[in-house]
Amino acid sequence: MNGFFDIPSDLDNTYFGLIGLHLREALLPVLAGLLAALPLAQLCVRFRWLYPPVLGVTTVFYAIPSLAVFVVLIDYTGQTELTVMIPLAVYSLVVLVPAIVDGVRSVPEETLAASTAMGFGPVRRYLQVQLPIAVPAILAGLRVAVASSISLVSVGALIGNQGALGNLLADAQKYGRPELAVNSVLTTAVLAILCDAVLVLVRNLLTPWMPRGRRQRPKEAAARPEPQEAAAK
Amino acid sequence: MDSVTKRYPDGTVAVDRLSLEIPDRSITVLVGPSGCGKTTTLRMINRMVEPSEGTILLDGEDLQRQPVTTLRRSMGYVIQNAGLFQHRTILDNIATVPRMLGRGKQKSRERAAELMERVGLDASLAKRYPYQLSGGQQQRVGVARALAADPPVLLMDEPFSAVDPVVRKGLQDELLRIQDELGKTIVFVTHDIDEAIKLGTMVAVMRTGGRLAQFAPPAELLSDPADAFVEDFLGADRGIRRLSFFSSAGLELTRGPVVRADAGAERLAAADGAPHLLVTDADGRPLGWAEPRGLSAGDLAAGPLLSCGRPFVPGTDSLRAALDCAVLSPTGWAVAVDADGRVIGVVSQQTIGEAIRSAHGAGSPGDERTAEEPADVTKVAP
Amino acid sequence: MNVLNFVNAFFSDGAHWHGYDGIPTRLVEHVQYTLMALGLAAAIGLPVGLLTGHTGRGGNAVAFVATAARALPSFGLLVLIAVVVGIGLLPVMIPLVVLAVPPILVTTYEAVRSLDPAPVDAARGMGMTETGILFRVELPVALPLVLSGLRSAAIQVVSTATIAAYVSLGGLGRYIIDGLYQRDYEKVVGGAALVALLALVTLAVFWAAGRFVVSPGVRRR
Repeated sequence: MNGFFDIPSDLDNTYFGLIGLHLREALLPVLAGLLAALPLAQLCVRFRWLYPPVLGVTTVFYAIPSLAVFVVLIDYTGQTELTVMIPLAVYSLVVLVPAIVDGVRSVPEETLAASTAMGFGPVRRYLQVQLPIAVPAILAGLRVAVASSISLVSVGALIGNQGALGNLLADAQKYGRPELAVNSVLTTAVLAILCDAVLVLVRNLLTPWMPRGRRQRPKEAAARPEPQEAAAK
Repeated sequence: MDSVTKRYPDGTVAVDRLSLEIPDRSITVLVGPSGCGKTTTLRMINRMVEPSEGTILLDGEDLQRQPVTTLRRSMGYVIQNAGLFQHRTILDNIATVPRMLGRGKQKSRERAAELMERVGLDASLAKRYPYQLSGGQQQRVGVARALAADPPVLLMDEPFSAVDPVVRKGLQDELLRIQDELGKTIVFVTHDIDEAIKLGTMVAVMRTGGRLAQFAPPAELLSDPADAFVEDFLGADRGIRRLSFFSSAGLELTRGPVVRADAGAERLAAADGAPHLLVTDADGRPLGWAEPRGLSAGDLAAGPLLSCGRPFVPGTDSLRAALDCAVLSPTGWAVAVDADGRVIGVVSQQTIGEAIRSAHGAGSPGDERTAEEPADVTKVAP
Repeated sequence: MNVLNFVNAFFSDGAHWHGYDGIPTRLVEHVQYTLMALGLAAAIGLPVGLLTGHTGRGGNAVAFVATAARALPSFGLLVLIAVVVGIGLLPVMIPLVVLAVPPILVTTYEAVRSLDPAPVDAARGMGMTETGILFRVELPVALPLVLSGLRSAAIQVVSTATIAAYVSLGGLGRYIIDGLYQRDYEKVVGGAALVALLALVTLAVFWAAGRFVVSPGVRRR
């Protein structure tokens, strides 16, 4: 394909410049989402009743098409990167909250009791016991958030060339150069896969205690306690 | 089972040239340490595991000839933790195999209800779901489910391992009772030698590497362990445990020291010389042991009495129970009562010891369960 | 707040309720795209997820397919296919199916694979066929998770089906795209509100389905 890397001059950027821009527009929102999700998730773990409404509200946010949010935000933040990044941060938050809540909740009751008995305070227990054990679940959420964030940045092209690599899509149509669209899709996909690989690496580094390769089927506790619900129903 | 071997692709041998003849209509227990291939052996019988070498014959016919699902439907299968279907009610869990065999829904459910009663489950549990039951109840459902299609063969893989000791004893007694009524051919896997000895008509002790160490009735296992491995596996108190298989019927009882609370002076005089007296009430039920000195006729029950502990019933209880009574008794004498609880005599530790020695001398013990073993032990294997 | 004013203005404008650009028409179109994409994705994801989960084989392949599908940008794919093959239903369906397959596939696989092995062992020992085990033992118990995978796929498709409007098709995206070009924020916000509403309805439908098809023994109440 001729001119595959020949970036039209209206984008005012090089190929690698677009990649850098794309990564920044995609990853900063995930980071912001993660920072917001951690305390929110902890609240949901602490106050169980909070979780269902939070889940409901965030799911509806998630369903609002990004383009619509971009358009509305233009009024406040203009045709800027920030306009693209705000909704992406919200989407990341939505993906990460349930991932963190489920991860923290999956820490076995006995482990918590043991750490309390050893004299861990609530904060230390959260940072040194609950969070590390929840790492695999949180990383799984991050993988989804990063992939969708990288994919969604492209939509920013529709509000005036704020889509980084996505801007190539608009130019592909404008100048009738399909190879630019191929470039955009492939580069975005490769970026997503590379970021995913980095996250898997991070997970493996952070969780040296996890068995590698085939995970074992969770085995039911050997003896079941007498069910308490049965009597109450 | 003829020279059966299971070798896994990685070269591990789970079961090594095992030959077993499993008697019909009785309980055969496979016992051994973990990793000895007992579960693999069991699973080869319903072909959950296919043997690498050797053949398994059921009533003279090779298991390989039948379609595997037909074979499995003709055998009950009970596993640890029961493995109930959590999305089905208790009744529908039990009705699974009859339904698979194409019996009507109504008929299968009636049969299931009948089985719930047989395994001691209250009919009110029928519409419950497994999570609403305790571990012991779930295991009963597991047994009922295995019995639902009335299979001649029952395979049980450590079925009672996951429940607490009290519940386990109840389940074991229940299994023996059900077996008395139904007479199935049961193959039972456990790592608990006590369970093996309690339940087994025949016990196969297996050792690591999948080899058979000994195949014998439990009493013979206890008296004549084949080698050091079996002896070690049986534990240090096999001599005591073996006494479970001797009846206490032959014990020589004496009525000498037994006196009624309202006995007269001449009765007391007759018992003179005995170190202790067993005082009974007017009906002959034991009250306790008394020191003979300083006792006056007529109000024996008023004086300080030592507890006589739990008595034994000669003929029903084993020598082990009799010895236990004597060891626990404050006087060293065991109290024998009849089925109604009336004292029929007392026996000293020394007399019990002599009985044990003569029983050992006689060789094979008068085991009640061995005696009940059917004479026509049809061959499962050639 | 002006977003609410926009919503109010949008819905109270009688012109938005009639004709080929009326709300009922666009809503039906949107639901059609969603159901079609979800059906196609389920037709791919469910059988493959069930089979790989049941056999325990192909886990790596499932993970690879899911990662690759997630990496493909929906909007980029739409434009690319539209540029190459022209506008129509195909450039819309491919990105939507690619979007919906990973959640369905991965959750179904995980749901079946992570089941307690004891009931499966018991079922096999009772002489149940492998198909019987999959459909009568594994699926009923895995159903809540399988449904949650379908649900999250459905929400994403409902939201993303708006891109159909970019290649001249209908659906609720019409309001957003047209609003963008006409600088008519009322339309954009109205369209977004309709999509969010549709997402809520989707949640409700899945909640009801869960009540209806999942055994009380699995729901534990």
